[in-house]
Amino acid sequence: MADQLAIGSRRGLRPALPLLLPAYLWLTVAIFLPLSAMVFFSFMTDLPLAGKEWAFTLGNYAAFFSQSLYSTLLFASLRLGLEVTLWCVVIGYPAAYVLAKVLKGRSREAIFLLVILPFWSNGLVRIFSWAMVLREGGILDTALNAVLPFKINIDLMYSYPAVIIGLVHSYVPYMVLTCYLTLQAIDDSLIEAGRSLGASRRQVLWRVIIPLSMPGLIAGAALIFVPVVGSFMEPRILGGRTGTFYGTVIEDQFVAVFNWPLGAALSFILLAVVLIILALAAPVLRKAA
Amino acid sequence: MAGVQVANVSRSFGAHKALDDVSIDFADGGFYALLGPSGSGKTTLLRQIAGFDFPDSGRIAIGGESVERVPVEKRRIGMVFQNYALFPNMSVADNVAFGLSVRGEPKATIATEVQRALDLVQLGKLGGRKPHQLSGGQRQRVALARAIVTKPRVLLLDEPLGALDKALRVDMQIELKRIQREIGITTIFVTHDQEEALTMSDRIGILRDGRLVQEGPPEEIYDRPESEFAATFLGDANIFRGNATGSGIKLPDGTTIAASTGASVPAGAKASCAVRPERIRITTGAAKPDPANANMLRGQVSKRIFAGNNSTYFVDRDGQTLKVIVQNTGAERLAEGQPVVLSWSPDSTVLIAAA
Repeated sequence: MADQLAIGSRRGLRPALPLLLPAYLWLTVAIFLPLSAMVFFSFMTDLPLAGKEWAFTLGNYAAFFSQSLYSTLLFASLRLGLEVTLWCVVIGYPAAYVLAKVLKGRSREAIFLLVILPFWSNGLVRIFSWAMVLREGGILDTALNAVLPFKINIDLMYSYPAVIIGLVHSYVPYMVLTCYLTLQAIDDSLIEAGRSLGASRRQVLWRVIIPLSMPGLIAGAALIFVPVVGSFMEPRILGGRTGTFYGTVIEDQFVAVFNWPLGAALSFILLAVVLIILALAAPVLRKAA
Repeated sequence: MAGVQVANVSRSFGAHKALDDVSIDFADGGFYALLGPSGSGKTTLLRQIAGFDFPDSGRIAIGGESVERVPVEKRRIGMVFQNYALFPNMSVADNVAFGLSVRGEPKATIATEVQRALDLVQLGKLGGRKPHQLSGGQRQRVALARAIVTKPRVLLLDEPLGALDKALRVDMQIELKRIQREIGITTIFVTHDQEEALTMSDRIGILRDGRLVQEGPPEEIYDRPESEFAATFLGDANIFRGNATGSGIKLPDGTTIAASTGASVPAGAKASCAVRPERIRITTGAAKPDPANANMLRGQVSKRIFAGNNSTYFVDRDGQTLKVIVQNTGAERLAEGQPVVLSWSPDSTVLIAAA
């Protein structure tokens, strides 16, 4: 691998440049410049718009540390991220296993389509359809009461579980897809070898299949955890009053309070925390993978 | 250790009969080859014995105990897979330790047993390596060590040498045979390589289209094949087809061929004769009657292939091409187009009843 890279660089980057340029140009314009602007804003007292007075300050960052609300919300969001990721593993991994190792041909294609269907629907539509299902007198409530002999009251709307349900629904396909890819790469003869050596199906699962699919689990977890910690749409619509999280506070700064500098500072603190968590987890994860 | 009895085993996949009423008795401590072309059912049979798949009907016993409905992990077998199937995330030692560890053996026992198994396959110093750091032959040995460390009752090998190059394959054949003798384990070996089957096994079972064609020691199958398929699949054979005369066959052109081994076929019935290419003498000039080589045919050399220690002559005779293998004794070689006389003994001629 290192040898190949060395050979590649000896030829020089020049032939590769036309291939790289569009992507990097796009990244520069679409991500690097706006982000730099945000870094800049996060150190300002006010937006430099309409002749407003502004100055440099560290106050936006200091606000995070001086008001316990922000760190409390950050912890709530991290917990939300952890819980959603966990549910995605619990729900997504078995589905990925069945897709990769049990189903073949047509039935696999059909089930696969069902898994990635959420990707093709609009996020907002998805969330509002959950609202219809979860509210009192909604689809779930009505259906359960139609079946059950006794009266129960299901009103999950505007609650923490509703936020979890909505987020898990949105993000579980990532887990299914990443796990499916690693599971499919595991040769069936490894499973047979394990069983021929006297391991039960459960032992084969824990000692062979799960360790070998760890890269998929980790990739899926990273893909889910990071955006969920900063999520605001699902918490706001499905969580109502209980749906105040770090992400919704940042959103408020941008769309309601128009305190962009504070919103930017809170975003970068989130980014830093997430990077630190990933960095701390990296050695453990690398070993597991 | 234990013998394996397969009795009347059938297995179908949809309309395809992968195994059709197969019965074989694998004696304790023997080395068996299951030989057949692809699709003959040999791997299906091995998987039934292993327990990866259950037969539709019939009985399988290991050490006298019926196992046809026992799952693989309870059968106490050792298996070596075609692609070795080593766990890529584990070291060589952990791969070998796997079977003992799932059984819950104490750590110290595992360590000594693993070392002993690795020493047996001459990889004692490579326990710390990962499978991807090993050569094909070394992986093969690890797979073997992993399969025998649990002291299985029977060792099953699914074309284990197929992925190795020729020189390494010959080394591994000898090595495998040595290890098998050393631990005395009943071994069943699936292969499509007839040479491998001949050189390694005590007994060979030839399969075709899910049926057992013939079973016996290599010499017996080679010298007395019971079907044209067995004659041509295991080694090379010249086949003559005609009608039985009671002491051989009569070809459509009236030539008779005497056969003193093989099946007894009632006179007049359709039958064939098989003659191994190395049993035929090839001479030039006038044919001299010779009681030891009573069968005699005339032909013309159409091609000669020189292979160092021997030459193969292709001799055309009445629309049929016969193969003759002649040891390189330094004698004069025959030119293509040369008329020749072929002669061989009735003892070398096997009579086969028509299928």
